[in-house]
Amino acid sequence: MATYLEFIQQNEERDGVRFSWNVWPSSRLEATRMVVPLACLLTPLKERPDLPPVQYEPVLCSRPTCKAVLNPLCQVDYRAKLWACNFCFQRNQFPPAYAGISEVNQPAELMPQFSTIEYIVQRGPQTPLIFLYVVDTCLEEEDLQALKESLQMSLSLLPADALVGLITFGRMVQVHELSCEGISKSYVFRGTKDLTAKQIQDMLGLSRPAVPVQQGRPLQTQEQPAISSRFLQPVHKIDMNLTDLLGELQRDPWPVTQGKRPLRSTGVALSIAVGLLEGTFPNTGARIMLFTGGPPTQGPGMVVGDELKTPIRSWHDIEKDNARFMKKATKHYETLANRTAANGHCIDIYACALDQTGLLEMKCCANLTGGHMVMGDSFNTSLFKQTFQRVFNKGFNGDFRMAFGASLEVKTSRELKIAGAIGPCVSLNAKGPCVSENELGIGGTSQWKICSLDPSTTLAIYFEVVNQHNAPIPQGGRGAVQFVTQYQHSSTQKRIRVTTIARNWADAQSQLQHIEAAFDQEAAAVLMARLGVYRAESEEGPDVLRWLDRQLIRLCQKFGQYNKDDPNSFRLSESFSLYPQFMFHLRRSPFLQVFNNSPDESSYYRHHFARQDLTQSLIMIQPILYAYSFHGPPEPVLLDSSSILPDRILLMDTFFQIVIYLGETIAQWQKAGYQDMPEYENFKHLLQAPLDDAQEILQTRFPMPRYIHTEHGGSQARFLLSKVNPSQTHNNLYAWGQESGAPILTDDVSLQVFMDHLKKLAVSSAS
Amino acid sequence: MSVNQQTHTGPPYGQPQPGYQGYQQPAYGGQPLPGVPHSQYGVYNGPMPGYQQPVPPQGSVRAPSTSGTSLSSGHLGYSPFGQGDVQNGIPASTAPMQRPPASQPFLPGSAPVPVSQTSMLQQYGPPPASVQQLSNHMAGMTIGSTSTSAPPPAGLGYGAPRPPTMPGPPLPVQTAAGPPTSQPNHVSSPPPPPSTLSGPYPGPPMSGLRGPPPPTHPPQPGYQMQQNGSFEQVRGPQTNYGGAYPGTPNYGSQPGPPPPPKRLDPDSIPSPQLNELPPQQKPRHRIDPDAIPSPIQVIEDDRSNRGSEPFVTGVRGQVPPLVTTNFLVKDQGNASPRYIRCTSYNIPCTSDMAKQSQVPLAAVIKPLATLPPDETLPYLVDHGESGPVRCNRCKAYMCPFMQFIEGGRRFQCCFCSCVTEVPPHYFQHLDHTGKRVDFYDRPELSLGSYEFLATVDYCKNNKFPSPPAFIFMIDVSYNAVKSGLVRLICEELKSLLDYLPREGNMEESAIRVGFVTYNKVLHFYNVKSSLAQPQMMVVSDVADMFVPLLDGFLVNVNESRTVIISLLDQIPEMFADTRETETVFGPVIQAGLEALKAAECAGKLFIFHTSLPIAEAPGKLKNRDDKKLINTDKEKTLFQPQTSFYNNLAKDCVAQGCCVDLFLFPNQYLDVATLGIVTYQTGGSIYKYAYFQLETDQDRFLNDLRRDVQKEVGFDAVMRVRTSTGIRATDFFGAFFMSNTTDVEMAGLDCDKTITVEFKHDDKLSEDSGALLQCALLYTSCAGQRRLRIHNLSLNCCTQLADLYRNCETDTLINYLAKYAYRGVLNSPVKTVRDALINQCAQILACYRKNCASPSSAGQLILPECMKLLPVYLNCVLKSDVLQPGLEVTTDDRAYIRQLVTSMDVAETNVFFYPRLLPVTKADVDSDSLPAAIRNSEERLSKGDIYLLENGLNIFVWVGVNVQQGLIQNLFGVSSFSQISSTLNTLPVLENPFSKKVRSIIDMLQVQRSRYMKLIIVKQEDKLEMLFKQFLVEDKSLTGGASYVDFLCHMHKEIRQLLS
Repeated sequence: MATYLEFIQQNEERDGVRFSWNVWPSSRLEATRMVVPLACLLTPLKERPDLPPVQYEPVLCSRPTCKAVLNPLCQVDYRAKLWACNFCFQRNQFPPAYAGISEVNQPAELMPQFSTIEYIVQRGPQTPLIFLYVVDTCLEEEDLQALKESLQMSLSLLPADALVGLITFGRMVQVHELSCEGISKSYVFRGTKDLTAKQIQDMLGLSRPAVPVQQGRPLQTQEQPAISSRFLQPVHKIDMNLTDLLGELQRDPWPVTQGKRPLRSTGVALSIAVGLLEGTFPNTGARIMLFTGGPPTQGPGMVVGDELKTPIRSWHDIEKDNARFMKKATKHYETLANRTAANGHCIDIYACALDQTGLLEMKCCANLTGGHMVMGDSFNTSLFKQTFQRVFNKGFNGDFRMAFGASLEVKTSRELKIAGAIGPCVSLNAKGPCVSENELGIGGTSQWKICSLDPSTTLAIYFEVVNQHNAPIPQGGRGAVQFVTQYQHSSTQKRIRVTTIARNWADAQSQLQHIEAAFDQEAAAVLMARLGVYRAESEEGPDVLRWLDRQLIRLCQKFGQYNKDDPNSFRLSESFSLYPQFMFHLRRSPFLQVFNNSPDESSYYRHHFARQDLTQSLIMIQPILYAYSFHGPPEPVLLDSSSILPDRILLMDTFFQIVIYLGETIAQWQKAGYQDMPEYENFKHLLQAPLDDAQEILQTRFPMPRYIHTEHGGSQARFLLSKVNPSQTHNNLYAWGQESGAPILTDDVSLQVFMDHLKKLAVSSAS
Repeated sequence: MSVNQQTHTGPPYGQPQPGYQGYQQPAYGGQPLPGVPHSQYGVYNGPMPGYQQPVPPQGSVRAPSTSGTSLSSGHLGYSPFGQGDVQNGIPASTAPMQRPPASQPFLPGSAPVPVSQTSMLQQYGPPPASVQQLSNHMAGMTIGSTSTSAPPPAGLGYGAPRPPTMPGPPLPVQTAAGPPTSQPNHVSSPPPPPSTLSGPYPGPPMSGLRGPPPPTHPPQPGYQMQQNGSFEQVRGPQTNYGGAYPGTPNYGSQPGPPPPPKRLDPDSIPSPQLNELPPQQKPRHRIDPDAIPSPIQVIEDDRSNRGSEPFVTGVRGQVPPLVTTNFLVKDQGNASPRYIRCTSYNIPCTSDMAKQSQVPLAAVIKPLATLPPDETLPYLVDHGESGPVRCNRCKAYMCPFMQFIEGGRRFQCCFCSCVTEVPPHYFQHLDHTGKRVDFYDRPELSLGSYEFLATVDYCKNNKFPSPPAFIFMIDVSYNAVKSGLVRLICEELKSLLDYLPREGNMEESAIRVGFVTYNKVLHFYNVKSSLAQPQMMVVSDVADMFVPLLDGFLVNVNESRTVIISLLDQIPEMFADTRETETVFGPVIQAGLEALKAAECAGKLFIFHTSLPIAEAPGKLKNRDDKKLINTDKEKTLFQPQTSFYNNLAKDCVAQGCCVDLFLFPNQYLDVATLGIVTYQTGGSIYKYAYFQLETDQDRFLNDLRRDVQKEVGFDAVMRVRTSTGIRATDFFGAFFMSNTTDVEMAGLDCDKTITVEFKHDDKLSEDSGALLQCALLYTSCAGQRRLRIHNLSLNCCTQLADLYRNCETDTLINYLAKYAYRGVLNSPVKTVRDALINQCAQILACYRKNCASPSSAGQLILPECMKLLPVYLNCVLKSDVLQPGLEVTTDDRAYIRQLVTSMDVAETNVFFYPRLLPVTKADVDSDSLPAAIRNSEERLSKGDIYLLENGLNIFVWVGVNVQQGLIQNLFGVSSFSQISSTLNTLPVLENPFSKKVRSIIDMLQVQRSRYMKLIIVKQEDKLEMLFKQFLVEDKSLTGGASYVDFLCHMHKEIRQLLS
C-alpha cells in the first residue's frame, strides 16, 4: 500500500489535509461501523512556498445557501461560460472578467494542482496589527528584569507599523498611556472589581461622544485612531518611549507580608485588555499577550487566596470538589475568551512560575482565541525567552507566521455532513444543510472562527456520512469537501484560502479491503486522541479511557483477522498495525492521565495537543526515542525500557521535553573525562551528536521544549522512565541482571500486557 | 415703650413700621427704614450739627437734637414711660470704666422723667432739660471713668446698684474724674445708690474727653429731674413700670393704648399727649450713643489697667485680662487664658443658681494655642513605660491639684476624691506643708499646662504612629487652570514644601507629602526618589475609590526633591489645554483617606477646589441654592448638608486621622454647607476665595496657604474634659466629631482651632474646693510622637449670684452664644434662634437686676459691670450674616462663616463681631503703636480721615471724601480722591512715613489673625461703602439689623418684662 502512503503524504503536502479514511464508506450505517469516524486534520494555513496567491476575488456559486468557490472539481462549460457547482449542482455564469476563459486558458482555480488556492482580496480598511502586552509585576526582581528585556527586545521584532499597548498589573491594573512626553501616565484600576466594557471605555476616556453622523462625513474614521492612540501607538513612533517605560517598570510596590501571596489581579487586567480592544479595534488582528508569574489571587478570576498556607487546587481537590475558586474563575475567563473571540482578537498566555499559575482556569482564553500558551519555570530561562522570540518568527517569504481573525467554512457534498471541529476555534453558529445533528467536538455549525492561527495550526474536523444504505452511490462517485478560510494575513491583507478535496466512495461490504487499505492510522490516532482529550475536558478520566478502549476493541474486532476466542490468531493489517500502540501510549499520556500532573500542566498539554499538526501530535502521543552508540549511526529505537542500555545515549523528544540520557557506562566515562582526551575524541563526538540533534529540534519547535540533560540514575531521568513502555518492572524480576535494559518501578501495564488483553477481548465472542 | 412691645411681638426691629409712622420714633424706626436712615437723622438732629456737637459734650449734642421730641424718645427707649425712656436711652451710655464693678446700671433715669410728667415737658420744651441732664450724667460718668484708671466708676451709675458690689471703683475716683458739676448731680441725686456709678454713662470715650461739657449743658433741672426720676423709681418702682406700659402702647400700637392709666404713673398722663403729638416727635428718641457702654472704652481700660502686669495664674478663679489686652502669662498652676477662657470664673454652687442666672457655664479651649515668644511652651514630661500617673477611678491625669497623703504614698484625686497609690517610681516625700519635695521639679505638679509623652497604650492598634503625611489635591478642571490657580499652587508648593511643620529640634520635617490632581477623574503621582520622572496614575473608577500606588506616593521632600519639582513644573503644562469642567469631590477625599490608610498614618489633605461637584460619582451634588428660603422655616436646610454621604465620609476620616483642609475658589454656588462637612468634622479649615482672580487674590491665598501648611498641628487627636464632681461637660462646639458623649475626636487640630465646652451641674459644688477643669488632649505631633497635653484650670464657686456676675467674661460669653446660635440654625428657624438669644440675655440681665443690683427704678437699665457690653455684642451677633444675611451675602458665605465661627477663639469672635476701627490719619507715625480704636458707627467717621476696619476676614481702608490730598498722595500715590482705585487690593509701597505707617499697621493686623485678611479700599460715598457699612455694627444695618441704641432699648424692655 505504498501508494496510499504516498497519496496521503502528497495530499498533506498540497492541501494540509489528512483524513482518517481516504476511501469513504458509502453509507451511514457502514460508516458508523468503521468505529473511527470519517474525519480529517486540516492545517488551514499550511506553508506553501510554491503557491503564489492570486490577486482577485474568488468566484462563488450563486446559490445563496451554497456559495462554494469555483474549484478544479467543477464542471465547466467553456463555450457557454458556465460552471456547475460540485456541491449543489447549481449552474453558474462566469463573471465578466472570465470572458476569455477556455480549455487552454484556465484560471488557476480550475487547475487540478490548485486544489488549494489563496486569494488576496481588497476588503475594508487595513488596520495594522495590534499587540497589547499585559504584564504581571508581582515577580521576583530577576524575573521581572528578564521579562522587561524580552519585551523590549520584542519591540524590535514587531512589524514597524504595528500598534502596541501596555497594561501592567499586580494589586492594581495600570493601563499605560503611551502618547505623552515627560510624565508617564497610566490609568489605574482596582484589581478586585470587574468592569463592563462600557465602564472600562468610559474610564479610559475612550467612549466617543455621540457625534451625530450628519451628512455622512467620514469624521469617525479620523477620530477613531486619535482616541485610542493614547494607549495604542505605532511601534516606530514610540519604541524609545516604550523601551524606557518598560525599563522603569517596578515590581508591584504593595507589600507582601510573610505567608502571603502577592495580590495579583490577572482577571481584571485581562478584562481591561479585552475591553480596551473591544471598544477601539473590533474585528482587527490583535494579540493580547499576558505575561504572568503566578496565580490570580484576587478579584474576579482569582484562582487561589493570598494565604500561602492554602495551596493552589490540585487534581485531588478538583475531584473532591474542593477547588472553591475554580468554577467562578473559569466562568470569568470563559466569558472573557468568548468576548475576545467575538471581537476577533486573541489572548496569549505566557505563564512562568514554579508553581501553578491558574492555566486550568485561564486555558479557554488561549484555546478559544487561538492564542499561544507557554508555561515555564521563570521568565529568566531560555525556554521562555526563545519561545517568546519565536512568536515573531518570520516565514519563508518574510511574513510573520501569524494570521488573525480567520473564519473557516466547510462545505460538503450532499452525502456528507459536518459533525464538528476540535481545535483553537469557536463556533460561528452557521447552521446549514450540511450541518449534522450529531456533534463531535464543536458542532452545530459549518463555520468556525479562529482568531489567531499560524501555519501549523491544525483543526480536526469530523464528518458524518449521511447517505442511506439503500441509496447507493454510483460506482466511481466521489465525495467532496471544500474548506474556505478567510483571514487577515500578517501583512494585514485580507486573504481567502480555498482547499477542495475529493475522495472516492466505496461500499464497505464489497470493498472493505479498499477502505481498510486507505486507513490513515496516524491521522486516525490523532483524531481519536483529540476526541478523547476533548471529552476529558468535561468527563471523568476513567470514562474517557474506557471509551477509548472500547473504540479500540471494536476497531480490532472489525478489522482484525482472527479466529474467535483464539487470541493467538489475532492479526492486524499493516495499515492498522501501529494504531493499538498509539492508543497504548495515548492512554499513558498526560493528555488523559492527570496523575503526576498538576491541573495547569494538563491544561497546558491539552492546549497544545489540540492545535498541533499531525506529526507533532504523534510525537506527543508517542515520544520518539533515538539511540546513539558506538555500535552504529543514531537510530530510532523502541520507546521501551529495554532500550535503556548502559552504553547508549538516548535522545527522547516528547514535544514538550527533549531528554538526553546518558547510559550508565557513558555517564561514567564522561565523569572520568574521557571526552577531553584527544585519543577518545570519538567519544566526544558521540556525546556531542545528540546535543546537536537536540539543538535542531529546540531551534524550530514552538513552544520551545524543556531541555533536559540527564544520565543514568539522575533525578531527571524520570522524564524518560515515565514515558517508555515498562516492559521490565520490579514485578517481572526475571529481567534483573540481564543486559537488556532498565526496569521501571511502576505498576503500569506494559505494551505487551496491553496487547494481550486487547487480543483477548477482540477475539472474544462474548462481546 | 411701644417699641419694646413691638419688638416683642414681631421681629422687633423690622416690623416697627407702623410704630414709626405713628410715632416715628427714630429709635426703632431707624432700623426699619432701610434706605433712608440718613435723612432721618438729618431731619431729626438738625442733625448734622447735632451729631457733631455731641462730639464734645454729650450734653450739647443731646440738647440740640433732643429738644423735645428726641429726648422723649430717648427716654422712652429705656424707661418704662414712653418718654421717660428717652432718658434711659441716655443712660445707655456705656459704662466704660467699670471693669471691676459689679454692675452697671444703666439706669435710665427714665423713670424719673416721666414721673414728673416729664413727658409733657419733654415734648414741649423742657424735655431737653432732661436730656441734658442725662447727657450730663453721662458726661460726668464718663469723665469719671476716663480719669480713673481702672476700676473706677463702675458704680457711678445712677442706679448703681449696691455699693458693695462695686469692688474697685471707689467713689472718690468718680468724683475726681467727673466734672464736678455733673457728678455731683448724679451722686447727689441718686441718693440711694450713691456708691454706684451708673454704668450707663461712662460709656463713650468721647464723652469722657469732653468731660467738660457739663457746665455748658444747661438744664440742671433736667438733672434733678432725672435724679428725681431715679429716686422716684426707687421709691415707687411700680409706678414706673406702669408707666412703661403705657408708653408702649403708644409706640407699638397706637390705638390700643393699653392700660396706662391703671397705674398712677405720671407717665400715664403724658402719654395721651404723646399720642396727640406724634408727628412732631419723630426725632424724639435719640439716645446719645456716647452715653451707652462703649466697647472701645472697656477695651482701652482693660488694656491700661491690666496690660502692664503679668497675669499670674496661681490664684483660683482669677478673671484674666481681656483678649484685646496684651499681657504676659505666668503659669503657676492654672492654664493660661490663651488655652482656656471661661464665661465665668466663679461658678454657682448649685444648678438652681445656675438656672436662675441663665449665665451659660462654658470654657473656650484652644489646646494647641500658639504662645507669644516670651512665654514658655508646655514642658514635656515622660513618666516612663507605665505612662502618665492617673487617678484610678476617673483617670484624671496628675496635676497640681492632686492631694498627696500618707506621707506621699497615695494621692487623692481632686476630681473624684478617689485615693490612688503613688507608683513606686513616682514616690516622693512631702514637706511640712504637705507638698511634695519635688514640687517645683515636676511640671505636672506645679504648672497648669504641660505634656506627657504617651506610651504605646495610647496609640491606635497599640502601635506607635508613623509620621503624618500631607497630601495636596489640586483641582485641574478648566476653571482652575484658566484662572491660573493651578500654576500658582504648583509654583508656591515648590518653595512651601521646605517649610513643613517640624518638631522644634529636628533638622527636617518628618512629614511626607503626596500629590493628586483631579477633575472628573483622579490623577495620583509617583514621585519616588529613584525615578527620573514622576509617573501619573489616573484613577477613573471614582465610584469605588482606591489608591493606585503605595510606594512613591508619599515621599520625603528632600529625597524626592527633583522629582517633585519636575512634577510641579509639569502639572500646569499637562492640563493647560483641558476642557474638562466637571469635577468630583467625594472621591477626592476618599482617595486621600485611602492613601493615609494604606500608609498607616494620620495626615492632612489640602484640597484646592473650584466648583460644585456635579460629575457622576459618590458625593455628587446639585445646585440647591435658593434665596427664597431665607426667613422661612426651611432656611435651616441651607446650612444642612444635602447628602449624608459626607457625614459618613467624615466619620471614616476621623477614624483614620485624616484631616481635610479645603481651599475653595468658587465662581458660583458650590454648597459650602455640604462640601465643608468633612473639613468641619475632621478639624480642618476652610478657606474661600470667591471669584478668585490671580492679581487680586493671590497674595491672600498664598499667605493663607503658607500659614496653613506651616502652622503647628496635632493629628488623630482625642480631647476629654474632666471636671470636679458637681459639674460635667455636657455640650461641645467646634470642628470635630464625637462618637460618644465625652470624647471630642479630631483628625487634626491646629493651633487656631478652638473648642467651646459647656458645663452643667449634676450635683452641688462647694465654695471651699471650688471647681476644677482638666482638659486632656491626646494627639500625634507632627513628628509622629504621641503625646498628651494637659490643661488644668481651677475656678471658684459661689453661693451668691453677685459673685457670678462679677467674675464673668463677656467676650467668652459671646463666643459661646454665637456658637450656640450658629449651631441652632441647623435645626431651627433663624428667627427662633435669634429670639432665644435675646431672651437668654434678657434673662441673664434681668436676673442680675433682680438679685444683684441695688434696688432702683425699674425704668433703669442696670447692667453688671462685667456684662455691660453684652447687649452691644449680642446685637452684633444677631446682625451677623448667618443670623441676618445682608443683601450681598450668598448662601455659601453664610455657611462658610457659620463654620468659621464655630472654631474661633475668643479673640477672633471678639473682633469678628465687633470689628476694630482704627483712624489711621491720627496714628503717630513715629511710634509703632496702633492708633486708638473708635466705635463702629458711621457718625464716628470724619470725612477728612482715613480709617482701617478689620474683622479677622477683611480689612477695609475707608477714605473720607475730604481727606487732604497730601495724605492721599502719600498713601495711594495718586493725586486726588477720585483717582483712588477701589479695585486695589494692596496699598502701593511708597516711601513716606504715612504710607509706611499704614502699611505697617496693616501688616501688624495681618500677623495677629489666623487668616490673611482681604484688603478692600472703600471710598466714601462709593458703592463699596454699602458693604463697608455693614461692619459699622453700632449702626442700623441695611437689612434690618438694629442699631446699638435701638437694641439696647429693646433689651431693656425685655428685661423689664421679665422683671415684671
